[in-house]
Amino acid sequence: MRFERREHRPLYLLIVTPVIAVIAALALAGILISIAGAPVLDAYWRILTGAFGSRLSATETLTRATPLMLTGLAAAVAFRARLWNIGAEGQFYLGAIAVAAASSKLLGNLPAPILIPLLLLVGAIAGMVLILIPLWLRLRFSVDEVVTSLLLNFIAVLFVSMLIDGVLKDPLAFGWPQSQSVSDHAMLPKLIARSRLHIGFAIAIALAVVVHFVQSRTVFGMQSRAAGLNPGGAVFAGVPLGRTLVKVACLSGGLAGLAGAIEVMGVKGYVTTDLSPGFGYAGIVVAMLANLNPLGVVFAAIFTATMFVGADGMSRGLGIPTYIADVTVALSLLTMLIALFFTQYRIRR
Amino acid sequence: MMQLFDIIASAGLWAAILRIATPLIFGTLGALLCERAGVLNLGIEGIMTFGAMIGWLSVYHGADLWTGLLIAAVAGGVFGLLHASLTVTLGLSQHVSGLGVTLFASSFSYYVFRLIVPLANTPPTIVPFQPIAIPGLSTLPFIGPAFFTQTAPTYLAIMIALLMAYIIFRTPVGLAIRMTGENPHAAEAQGVNPMKVRYGAVIMGSALMGMGGAFLTLSAFNSFFPTMVQGRGWICIALVVFASWRPGRALFGALLFAFFDAFQLRLQTALSGLVPYQLFLMTPYILSIAALAVMARRARVPQALMQPYRRGER
Repeated sequence: MRFERREHRPLYLLIVTPVIAVIAALALAGILISIAGAPVLDAYWRILTGAFGSRLSATETLTRATPLMLTGLAAAVAFRARLWNIGAEGQFYLGAIAVAAASSKLLGNLPAPILIPLLLLVGAIAGMVLILIPLWLRLRFSVDEVVTSLLLNFIAVLFVSMLIDGVLKDPLAFGWPQSQSVSDHAMLPKLIARSRLHIGFAIAIALAVVVHFVQSRTVFGMQSRAAGLNPGGAVFAGVPLGRTLVKVACLSGGLAGLAGAIEVMGVKGYVTTDLSPGFGYAGIVVAMLANLNPLGVVFAAIFTATMFVGADGMSRGLGIPTYIADVTVALSLLTMLIALFFTQYRIRR
Repeated sequence: MMQLFDIIASAGLWAAILRIATPLIFGTLGALLCERAGVLNLGIEGIMTFGAMIGWLSVYHGADLWTGLLIAAVAGGVFGLLHASLTVTLGLSQHVSGLGVTLFASSFSYYVFRLIVPLANTPPTIVPFQPIAIPGLSTLPFIGPAFFTQTAPTYLAIMIALLMAYIIFRTPVGLAIRMTGENPHAAEAQGVNPMKVRYGAVIMGSALMGMGGAFLTLSAFNSFFPTMVQGRGWICIALVVFASWRPGRALFGALLFAFFDAFQLRLQTALSGLVPYQLFLMTPYILSIAALAVMARRARVPQALMQPYRRGER
């Protein structure tokens, strides 16, 4: 048995692949569910109804999908240029804390139409600053950015923990380490009344469309793709590799920082060290499930959010650990990797 | 200043160093073995978590401690097999596959643990490995508690480091591994099968990672709890670069790192209230990044690291 590279990739394969991968992951997770002694189909039905069964749960799922879309986009744009930004989690937290700091210390009194865009910008810039450290280390000292961007996640969370224990601590939080709340008019408007779904969801989808346009229609998109496919060839063809990577990094870190800003301004209103249940890491899975396609990220994020929101109710109903959601999402990353392989290669005997 | 001196002079510090270093030694050696054959294994954090969980669970259900350690090694090897299938046979991105293995292995560990051990206020415990004082040597000041009053897996880790240094630099197997990591095409021309070497190295390396995780639950602590590996796996990946892919230096690097870690823990208690404790917790990660920046240029990276090998394809 050997593998042979496909001459061209049929379009239907690119669309069918993620579906097959998800089905395979669900089947594998089904084995684990049945080992736990629960009926598999009933479990999946409960996940689906738990995530979309009512108006409340559906809006909750889309609210949960919002940060995942943004961290997913952050990973997708970076990975496409072979910039291995594993630091979205840290960039998320830095974006969140920057918003809390700016709102409570500097800008809190501005009117909402000026304040909200300004705070979103602050969050994005905070994310950019954090990713520029690993990029600088890569360009200057040729240190692989995977480990450095990942280690910075731990540093960022500890930094946030230090601030919300110190200068940014909310004195009204009964001693809990929690940042001061952003002012009321810094909160994002609701998209649907009597729910938590906020305008950040629309912003995330709009950004997915913009990123898709940038990647497919602009010189920068072409250059970032060339930098990923063949760095040597790209330099030979006149692509400014360093400058392209800086732009890609800023876009990626900015999106992750924005995710943190939007989560604070849309949902919580303040920062704690459990603001993110791993949005940064889940973003990597979302990006891979979407095959690094910005529009695919929207759907992959909704799938991932469905698993997480739905698993809670399923877990309570059937007595299965909620970790089954994480297991399923991780499995779908692995099955998607294998499925992607078969879009590029075919088996030859 | 006196406080600093007191900390360095305390026997507790020196006894803690090797205990902190042991999981790092196992993990760093494991990652080093994979990378010497040309495969980056970012699955380490998850594999260590799974090793910690399965080792503890086996002992909790009646296996003896050494069997628990062995089961953790085998489980690590199985995850290595998964990573090797994805990266060696299919030639997929080693970064993404490794992250996938980490995400899967850690969430799978939590799932299995919660399934078998229901929520309780006090986590169930086991009787862990006990320290063995080596007669004579263990009474030496500082060195005695540090090197000669440790649990058996710590001694094992040091022996594996020395053994691995010997194998990699002095035996035909080691030569085959190094050649595969430098230039698999040349290795194949010499009659070495790069696929087999890579599979072997990744499986054995991942087994070591599993043992490193098991040390946490079978020797350092006596129970399992989620997120207990706490980024040790990623530190190991950084330590491999610090060690320039040499087992002896990996041992030294892990010990040096453990010294700083033990030191910051004690400094933290000495200075509590004056300096935010989070600053101390950051130091291991900042040190790792600094070490990477200093060593990355001087280090000789295995030339074929992260390059998939396909026969007849360049």
